[in-house]
Amino acid sequence: MPVVEFRHATFRIGDRTILEDLSLSIEEGETLVLLGRSGSGKTTALRLINGMIAPSSGEVLVDGKATAAWDLVRLRRAIGYVIQESGLFPHFTIARNVGLVPELEKWPADKIKGRIEELLQRVGLPAADFGSRLPRQLSGGQRQRVGVARALAADPKILLFDEPFGALDPVTRFDLQREFLRLRAELAKTSVFVTHDVQEAMKLATTIALLSGGHLAFAGTPDEFRASQHPEARAFLEVLEHA
Amino acid sequence: MLSDVLQDLLDEGLPLLGEHLVLVLSAILIAAAIAIPLGVGVTAHPRARSLALGIANIGQTIPSLALFGFLIPIPFIGGIGAHTAIVALVIYALLPILRNTVTGILGVDPAVRDSALAMGMTRGQILRMVELPMAAPTIISGLRIATVTTIGTATIAAAIGAGGLGVFIFRGIASVDKWQILAGAVPAALMALGADALLGWLEKRCSVR
Repeated sequence: MPVVEFRHATFRIGDRTILEDLSLSIEEGETLVLLGRSGSGKTTALRLINGMIAPSSGEVLVDGKATAAWDLVRLRRAIGYVIQESGLFPHFTIARNVGLVPELEKWPADKIKGRIEELLQRVGLPAADFGSRLPRQLSGGQRQRVGVARALAADPKILLFDEPFGALDPVTRFDLQREFLRLRAELAKTSVFVTHDVQEAMKLATTIALLSGGHLAFAGTPDEFRASQHPEARAFLEVLEHA
Repeated sequence: MLSDVLQDLLDEGLPLLGEHLVLVLSAILIAAAIAIPLGVGVTAHPRARSLALGIANIGQTIPSLALFGFLIPIPFIGGIGAHTAIVALVIYALLPILRNTVTGILGVDPAVRDSALAMGMTRGQILRMVELPMAAPTIISGLRIATVTTIGTATIAAAIGAGGLGVFIFRGIASVDKWQILAGAVPAALMALGADALLGWLEKRCSVR
């Protein structure tokens, strides 16, 4: 059974169609990269998964159950979410930011503390040095690592990444991409990753789904993507060739 | 001789100072208890927001002496004495607290609210753990403005028999005695400065950014 499945999912605002008739499944352990230009509907597709928005027609299934049937709070706590600029709470320390979902889930304090230490260690920001700092006292790359640690905190099966590395300098971005691959090998999570960067997509994806004007233009492995003749795929591949 | 005068002043002044403090504290506490929840409630609804701010704005535009006068004939809340004065002071204090509560909550970065929602926080948790703490410095700044102006406005309360430091001021005006006026004005000014410093310190303590 796929972990996430889009079934003819359509999303409209008024009479504007943002995403049309998307059908796509994501299997366990897969990294699906939603690739597309600005306004192609890729972030919309991502936000349908954790119920931040509801499909206008069709449905999105998570663990075999339509998001409409999920208790949205439960669904979101079961899905890790990493966004650009990390969305950390500026008034919470790094440790409290990371331990947020366990705190909401009322874990015992010592278990939360242990989890925070383990996760900060995992993303290379030891709690002893960074735990009591505030987000503004960290660099953009460090904040993004904290964002990843926070998303992992309650050990969710699914992780969503909304252009998480978009605002970072190329060197930091490269670092974090490598980190992403390392964590994926260690943790075996199912991930959905939104980007407009074709290089990033080729590097991280097990499956690429290319969106164009709200339609799915292509879905397949990076190798298949390379061979695709779809004009939008060619446009992205051309970027890659000239990089 | 001089010490007798001072003694008389203190004997009369301390109770008046106490009355003044009670007027101000009651008015600010009641105004905060109304304006902060109201501000939280209307923030997400632009229509209700402009209505609430509009009404609070009108309250603020009524000249203070006139407002005290208007309230006297109204049953239950009106009449002569401290409770009428407190009602008037509450009406004045509402606007700065309401406006700053709305501004503070609207000022929370939408990306932070969005990520709070995506973390699986409930509306109540977002309000309690994210919006109110992040808006706290702005809300306290509203309380600070309200408190400082209320301390000044409360001197007029003596005109409707509510007591407070205004008693000295009105008597001083009536008897053209500048020392009496100062005996009311100086403590009121010092009280305002003290409240300003205290709430300013609190405001700073609550801001992390």
